Amino acid sequence: MTLPESIEEEFGPAYEAGHAKHLPDRSFIGIAFFLVVMTGIEVSTYFWDYGGFATPLLLTLMVIKFGVVVAYFMNLRFDYRLLTWVFCAGLVLATVVYLAVLLMFQYFD
Amino acid sequence: MADTTTTPPDVAPDADLETDPDAGYLAYPRTEWDEHDHLPPSTGISHNKLAMWAFLGSDCLLFGALISTYLLVRNVPEEVPGAGPPVREVFDIPFTSVSSFVLLMSSMSMALAVGAISRGDTRRTKIWLLTTAILGALFIGGQVYEFSVFYNEGFGYTTNISTSAFYTLTGFHGAHVSLGILLLISLYWMVHKGRIGQAQGESVEVAGLYWHFVDIVWIVIFAVVYLIR
Repeated sequence: MTLPESIEEEFGPAYEAGHAKHLPDRSFIGIAFFLVVMTGIEVSTYFWDYGGFATPLLLTLMVIKFGVVVAYFMNLRFDYRLLTWVFCAGLVLATVVYLAVLLMFQYFD
Repeated sequence: MADTTTTPPDVAPDADLETDPDAGYLAYPRTEWDEHDHLPPSTGISHNKLAMWAFLGSDCLLFGALISTYLLVRNVPEEVPGAGPPVREVFDIPFTSVSSFVLLMSSMSMALAVGAISRGDTRRTKIWLLTTAILGALFIGGQVYEFSVFYNEGFGYTTNISTSAFYTLTGFHGAHVSLGILLLISLYWMVHKGRIGQAQGESVEVAGLYWHFVDIVWIVIFAVVYLIR
């Protein structure tokens, strides 16, 4: 059988150490603070009128918060690359399928 | 990293494990046969963790279906049979914002619990697991309160298709959170009894993945269902 030249290349940065890296506690607290600030900006759209800018802003903040939680709290940033593929397979499939459904109802209903 | 491949007892010691197809198993470097002679995972990733990520990927499809259903029916004109005033008329955004903050904080405490168990600090692990469970219970309490307010305002589960879709979506999320709380309490008990320590810390990590997932689902629900008008 053929083994990869570098296990790290094959599976991602976590493999070399045998375990995924863990961020120190203060990093998690910093990330939580960042997420709270992002949420505060989201909530501000309810109190102030951002006009047509509100929806793109909310969607952008949602994607950023989603990505930060997955990357750092769920440790995917430092874990096996295969896990990213496994999760993204479901996530991308769901996004594409349901966007297609919403678009079809938008234009053909 | 040192090559730690060992030979299982049923394979001849002189078998060429790298190339011999009759050797009985595929050999990988950097693996160790455990004390029960369990085969190491060929990916190098534990089965539990891989299975949890696969489950979370599939759960995206469930929540994607529920969210898109809500988006489809939330603006149905009232003259359409089954339609009615949208449930978002009674949303209390400041209250839901506090609930979101609570769930966000629970994600942080879960991450701290995973960090603590990875260092073998069982005392802090228990504190953070309990904190996470309490914050999760607060979130569920808030959701029950919110549902009861909506019901009293005349928006029951079967009032119209918009309320049905809303309660189904947020109810499924609440069920996930409730299951997570049970998981956290079980973990707390096992850590307390010494059945989970640093060596079994992956159990806490896998439960943490589930908990963070319910948080990211709420991030989407909060923005798409509650805030976007």
